[in-house]
Amino acid sequence: MQDKEPITRALIIGAGIAGMQAALDIANSGYEVVLVDKLPSIGGRMAQLSETFPTLDCAQCILTPRTVEVGHHDRIKLVTYSEVEEVAGQVGDFRVRIRRHPAYVNWDACTGCGLCQEKCPKRVVSDFERGLGRRKAIYTLSPQAVPNRPVLDRESCLHFQGDRCRVCEKVCPVGAIDLEQEGNTIEERAGCIVMATGYDLYSMDRLGEYGHGDLANVIDGLAFERMLSASGPTAGKILRPSDGAEPKEVVFVQCAGSRDPELGVPYCSKICCMSTAKHAMLYKHRVPDGQAYVFYIDVRSAGKHYEEFVVRTVEENRTIYLRGKVSRVFEEGDKVAVWGVDTLSDRQVEISADLVVLATPMIPGGGTVQLAKMLGLHADEAGFLSEFDASMQPVETLRAGVFMAGACVGPKDIPETVAQASGAAAKVLSTFARWGKVAEGEAAARAEDL
Amino acid sequence: MRARMSAETLTSELTRRIEEISGENLLKCYQCGMCAAGCPAAFAMDMLPSQAIRFLQLGLVEEVLNSDTPWLCAACQTCYARCPKGLDLSRIMEAIREIVLQERGDYIDLGDLSPRDLAEIPQQAFIACFRKYTA
Amino acid sequence: METSQLRIPYFPGCTLNTTAKGFDTSLRASAQALGVELVELPEWNCCGATFPLLADNILDLAGPASVLVAAREMGERLAVACTTCYNVLRRTNLAIQTDEDKRQKLNLFIEAQYEGDLQVLDFLQVLRDEVGFEKVARTVKRPLTGLKAAAYYGCMVLRPASEVAYDDPENPRALDDLLMALGAEPIEYAHKGECCGSYLAVVSAQAAAEMTYSILSSAQKNGAQLIATNCPLCQFNLDSQQAEIGRRHTGYQTIPVLYFSQLLGIALGLDADDFDWEKHSVDPRPVLELVEPR
Ligand SMILES: Cc1cc2nc3c(=O)[nH]c(=O)nc-3n(C[C@H](O)[C@H](O)[C@H](O)COP(=O)(O)OP(=O)(O)OC[C@H]3O[C@@H](n4cnc5c(N)ncnc54)[C@H](O)[C@@H]3O)c2cc1C
Ligand code: SF4
Ligand code: SF4
Repeated sequence: MQDKEPITRALIIGAGIAGMQAALDIANSGYEVVLVDKLPSIGGRMAQLSETFPTLDCAQCILTPRTVEVGHHDRIKLVTYSEVEEVAGQVGDFRVRIRRHPAYVNWDACTGCGLCQEKCPKRVVSDFERGLGRRKAIYTLSPQAVPNRPVLDRESCLHFQGDRCRVCEKVCPVGAIDLEQEGNTIEERAGCIVMATGYDLYSMDRLGEYGHGDLANVIDGLAFERMLSASGPTAGKILRPSDGAEPKEVVFVQCAGSRDPELGVPYCSKICCMSTAKHAMLYKHRVPDGQAYVFYIDVRSAGKHYEEFVVRTVEENRTIYLRGKVSRVFEEGDKVAVWGVDTLSDRQVEISADLVVLATPMIPGGGTVQLAKMLGLHADEAGFLSEFDASMQPVETLRAGVFMAGACVGPKDIPETVAQASGAAAKVLSTFARWGKVAEGEAAARAEDL
Repeated sequence: MRARMSAETLTSELTRRIEEISGENLLKCYQCGMCAAGCPAAFAMDMLPSQAIRFLQLGLVEEVLNSDTPWLCAACQTCYARCPKGLDLSRIMEAIREIVLQERGDYIDLGDLSPRDLAEIPQQAFIACFRKYTA
Repeated sequence: METSQLRIPYFPGCTLNTTAKGFDTSLRASAQALGVELVELPEWNCCGATFPLLADNILDLAGPASVLVAAREMGERLAVACTTCYNVLRRTNLAIQTDEDKRQKLNLFIEAQYEGDLQVLDFLQVLRDEVGFEKVARTVKRPLTGLKAAAYYGCMVLRPASEVAYDDPENPRALDDLLMALGAEPIEYAHKGECCGSYLAVVSAQAAAEMTYSILSSAQKNGAQLIATNCPLCQFNLDSQQAEIGRRHTGYQTIPVLYFSQLLGIALGLDADDFDWEKHSVDPRPVLELVEPR
């Protein structure tokens, strides 16, 4: 190690539930944390979820106390809307250059009153709402955003596109809008790094047999989560995107792209059996006279109380599970025709659906592979980060002082993510503690020398 | 009836030959049913394409040799286009036909076709039938 | 007429020479009008009509391989009209290119030194990529305005995609785009690439009738007045099965099924008298009369 004393400060990349959990564990143990996320606010994918299996907790309700605690924590420095650009140094003294994207809002002055977004005349399709809802050109991801500070998206802003507008600037009561703002880079130093860059979903564009993502009433699981969310674009109502009608026949397709080494990804995405069962169940809660169908190859419900959850979906919510894949999905009038099979009854099956929900697989969060390269970490063929030793050192990477947790390591649900994040935090803490002991020992030795 | 299974029944000469001449590993199939879901001819078959593979996996070859499924496969490759494991069922069906043709002779007698059919059916269909349905 | 000439070796195949003459005549005439000189291979044999699917089958590759060798002597590209021939020739060519063992055995067998360095093109592909649909549109004399046409691709140009497709295999566009260039209105329907039954008519009347019925009725439900295809076998099946379909499905209304080249020829203002209309089970001429005369 270096001569200087190692830095007992952690840098965490990605502020989803994994990054937040690790940050809180470390910060609550008395060490400083820098928490970086590329999005304007923290929470990651969990902020998009409705209710969580197997308990059906409201995701927002269990998430918000965490985001608020992270947001207010004395020892956590939040660096959102930012990306890590370069990492130099080594364990004990990483020097990290972080690029902050211009928000065109002076966040120190902003009070989060929301007037700018309210008055902004430009609406665009929202990624956070998975295309089902819209946001303004100046926006926060959600009303519960932490930090509750807006960013202005240059690509959609009328002013930046050459029109006269500057409405936000005019209405902001504290003059926080700064249309001349430029991005900047900051340097942070840390002794350890935790990777927590999470996941994206495999794009529906790549599923030609299911309409290439071009069919309005064929959506992915996260879009369905937004529909189910009380704070989502439909205020929790299940509505057919094409015309807003209440769908009475809903087909869920598991393994839409997963376990498919030929055209999709070879691995099992692990959470979809459960998220699909949850979707079918919540759909029936919202539309009691509707019918849900699930096409599946296997139902993998190996977590605690998971099998019981699936059984409830079948027995109580009377969801029909059809054993087999769906070969094609296409529009037929205002319906979506689904051609599947049930290999248990040896029948080709056709369903005229109002809505089709594809359980597309988790893939590593955007930028994970580049970060891995930058940090000298290994990733598998799919781009998920590799363990130092998959059995015995599951949160360690090949690089000393760099740990990892959550969906960037492989598909996993929230309980597993949180457990792994606490595991990674424990590794950081034990590293810091060891350094403390060494420092103490050295001090003692020096004292003896005197 | 119970299917008796043993190491011996699972490794019959016939399955081995089907794998060899089709060039496909039958155990790659994980029975997802994608092929059956999309097969345009399955409605007329007595056994779904995926089921045919299943019987072969289990060494129950006779079931497949007596089925009309291989003969109703149009080699359209819809199944192959979407099979997540990349199995080309049209090759497996061809292998099954080949074995039946060798064992039992022609499946159809092209001589039975009416003169009208002979005049109208495009050459390509004719030759295809000749190659797929006769020994 | 057109001055800039595109010369390309051409393989008509058995079917265009016999039962699908209307395809051949309309295709040659249209090509000429578009400045494409199709140079028929001086001597050719049958492509074999199905790509041999057995792993060890070298013998049945000899036929298509000889065609490829003959074509290579004339240039680096070969245009094929029949989609079955296209499929077989293209896959054989790819096998020769990529499979060392097959290449050696085949060359020995047909006494050639062929490396697979030939581009096998479907005629529709030539139209799209070499002539360009824009140019086709500019050359149109008698636009097929108001004609609602269902483009039907069949299997042979779509599957296996990695070997033969020049279009999105799940949502092909080439033929739709051509119909649009001709002034017709291509309708959207789900069965563009569903199999018509191919050679199954010979063994199962039920399979043939029901497979074609699902395609024809899907096109009709979506407003098609006619079906345009690039496959002679599909044309035959879709066209000739309609009598049987009528017997099985009461109230069934027939719909004409044309080779795309027949529509192309008409739109280019060519004399369509020798497009072999008598061969069609469902006479397309009444529908074609809806098109404004030139
Ligand atoms: C449809 C669906 C339903 C689900 N339902 C449930 C459920 O009911 N119960 C359950 O337990 N689990 C559920 N899950 C799984 C759950 O979403 C995940 O387990 C969890 O979100 C993983 O958390 P994470 O922090 O690892 O990743 P994420 O939540 O993806 O967080 C990663 C964070 O890292 C940031 N980031 C990514 N790349 C970079 C970068 N290069 N630089 C900076 N920041 C970056 C992202 O912006 C994000 O904020 C569901 C998943 C899906 C798809
Ligand atoms: S699609 Fe492939 S893996 Fe699935 S059942 Fe058919 S052959 Fe087996
Ligand atoms: S190739 Fe044969 S088994 Fe496969 S989808 Fe076509 S007809 Fe069915």
